Amino acid sequence: MKFIKIEKEKWAVGLEKLSDAYRLFGPVKESDFHNFKRIEKGELPDLICLNTRLSPKTLVYPQAEAMFEYSLDESREDHHIMKEIEKDITPQAVIGIRPCDAKAFILVRKNFDTPEYQDPYWLRAYESTTFVGLACHFPCTSCFCTTAGCGPFHEEGLDVLLVDAEDHYLAKALTDKGEGFLSAAGWDAEVKKDRAAKQIEAEKQKAEDKITTLINTDRLKQIDTVDLYKAPFWEDVAFSCINCGTCTYVCPTCWCFDIQDENRGASGMRIRIWDSCMFPLFTLHGSGHNPRNTKVHRVRQRFMHKLKYYVDKYDSGIQCVGCGRCVRLCPVNIDIRRVCDMMNNYGAGQDTCAA
Amino acid sequence: MTFYETVNVEYSIFKGASVQNPYLPYPVRIDGIVVESEDKNLKTFKFVFLNPEDEAKFAYKSGQFAELSVTGKGEIPIGIASSPTEKGFVMFTVNKVGLVSSYLHAMKVGDIMGIRGPFGNWFPWEQMEGKNIVIIGGGFAFTTLRSSIIYMLDPANRSKFKDINVIYGARAPGMLLYRDELVKWEKRDDINMHITVDGTDDPNWKYNTGFVPTITEQKAPVADDNTYAIVCGPPIMIKFTQPVLDKLGYSHDKIIMSLENRMKCGIGMCGRCNIGKEFVCKDGPVFTLEQLNKTPREY
Ligand SMILES: Cc1cc2nc3c(=O)[nH]c(=O)nc-3n(C[C@H](O)[C@H](O)[C@H](O)COP(=O)(O)OP(=O)(O)OC[C@H]3O[C@@H](n4cnc5c(N)ncnc54)[C@H](O)[C@@H]3O)c2cc1C
Ligand code: SF4
Ligand code: SF4
Ligand code: FES
Repeated sequence: MKFIKIEKEKWAVGLEKLSDAYRLFGPVKESDFHNFKRIEKGELPDLICLNTRLSPKTLVYPQAEAMFEYSLDESREDHHIMKEIEKDITPQAVIGIRPCDAKAFILVRKNFDTPEYQDPYWLRAYESTTFVGLACHFPCTSCFCTTAGCGPFHEEGLDVLLVDAEDHYLAKALTDKGEGFLSAAGWDAEVKKDRAAKQIEAEKQKAEDKITTLINTDRLKQIDTVDLYKAPFWEDVAFSCINCGTCTYVCPTCWCFDIQDENRGASGMRIRIWDSCMFPLFTLHGSGHNPRNTKVHRVRQRFMHKLKYYVDKYDSGIQCVGCGRCVRLCPVNIDIRRVCDMMNNYGAGQDTCAA
Repeated sequence: MTFYETVNVEYSIFKGASVQNPYLPYPVRIDGIVVESEDKNLKTFKFVFLNPEDEAKFAYKSGQFAELSVTGKGEIPIGIASSPTEKGFVMFTVNKVGLVSSYLHAMKVGDIMGIRGPFGNWFPWEQMEGKNIVIIGGGFAFTTLRSSIIYMLDPANRSKFKDINVIYGARAPGMLLYRDELVKWEKRDDINMHITVDGTDDPNWKYNTGFVPTITEQKAPVADDNTYAIVCGPPIMIKFTQPVLDKLGYSHDKIIMSLENRMKCGIGMCGRCNIGKEFVCKDGPVFTLEQLNKTPREY
């Protein structure tokens, strides 16, 4: 593991070099908000941005993505047969991704990379990406990453961790991919390991201490699924929800999608597009029957999936990294931290030890 | 490379590893269409693979389903109605419901489309060997049950199972699927058929009249440790059949059901078909009632 000092005056030159070897992406301000955008040669990512409005999941998993193309023209030999579409999977690098958003890919991978099936679109894009993270010194008040299996200096899912140190960045190369990235930029001022590690550790402690909202997840696994599903608080949780789907679209760990054919004249494409468990159509049967026909069902599905089903299915932590986007952007202030506490505490009152 | 080989491109995602794209359908041609029901809303489609190697790749078991890919319209999950013992084609019976199924109903023999699969688990054939089997089906959910019956009656398999009872009901005689086969099975002595209709004014109707739960109560064998019940049908039939099976003493680990949640991917990724932590497409569609009791039962 290497530590590299990047003088800020060498930042732009390095990025310029990198743009020959990578397609670069980073936070860019668009009107009032930041989002991840392509950084062309000569442009710079805006690293002041704390958290983009949409998560960077779209760089690996676009909101709309062509899967196949086909012709409906019966005079062609290949009519009505699905054909692969060439994808650009040349190396890309995401600069200034926050540790929570990078960790989110690790959680989502469990869905797209299974022993039985591998999603080629997601995996190829993920494998072609280098994640250059930026540690958070001043987390938002709505962030709760430290109790959501993550943290402001969390390294899991990153190839490089950048720590802002005023006139320079301290870069910690975490993987071979990360080392390759740093050397492609010509950033090679290696610094002493011990000192750098100590410096980062101290900054990390300071940042973690600033995160004051905490959630408890310790009991989620042991509570019975059906009991939790039938808990009386769901009506109350869902009461004000307008099923707008914002929470799922902004979330870095939501992955649901739809598949549709789009025709234009005698040809077309099979595409996949993000979908949301908040929409009634998501589960509507052709017969008109809908197993999740009320918003209570749908709100419950979202929280149960993230905080219970995922935990049980993969025997892991929760499917949330505590980025706080859904908390900040829900128009009616539904707060996953509050719901998580209700779920985690459910039945705790009656539980008494035999001894 | 032939044309069709180039269609089935394999990916190399990681160095060395090569992965088949699970979303890519096998190209097929419609080889036969049979109108099954008098209201013409049910048609059986026989498909042959354009690329003969694909038939072997599509090796399936009774109870599994596939995604029928109607190019330009979309995909629908449909239970496989043919049996693995039938070679050279695959068969599906499709109810005309919405966008894709209606378009498929208007297609003709010779038309090209695609099939993805097989997906999901199957009826627990290994576990059911040496046991009595009671099949209870209603309406057009009889498709994978047809597959199962053909499979069990195959000379190579019949001796693996003890008594086979089939209770199958539809609204009216003209709504029963696979009528020629039903008549043939009716005449055999190695399978007990209990065909029923909700009602009929046909004076020549020689089988039962009454709802499936009622006929089940009259005809199904009393439960023992060696008897499995496979139940497939509309929600209302399932709802009223369960108390009957309880009364007959069937334990919930011997009651096997197949679910039909809305699906897209068929491989546990698109996120819509779950009941609790189980994806119906991948962890199901076949579950025992005992398993379902532990889920939120959102189906
Ligand atoms: C495992 C399984 C086996 C099935 N077997 C059969 C069968 O053998 N014969 C048969 O006629 N029908 C079967 N169905 C139901 C069949 O899938 C739906 O009737 C069909 O998808 C309706 O599609 P549509 O485009 O005509 O309707 P629309 O209402 O236009 O539906 C739009 C899309 O929603 C999805 N969808 C809608 N309803 C359902 C549903 N009930 N289940 C799953 N996806 C749905 C499909 O992707 C469909 O293309 C099965 C469903 C499942 C899950
Ligand atoms: S953002 Fe809020 S209102 Fe919108 S669907 Fe999510 S929980 Fe409901
Ligand atoms: S559920 Fe909310 S806080 Fe958690 S990862 Fe998704 S958007 Fe962020
Ligand atoms: S159909 Fe996509 S997860 Fe089951």
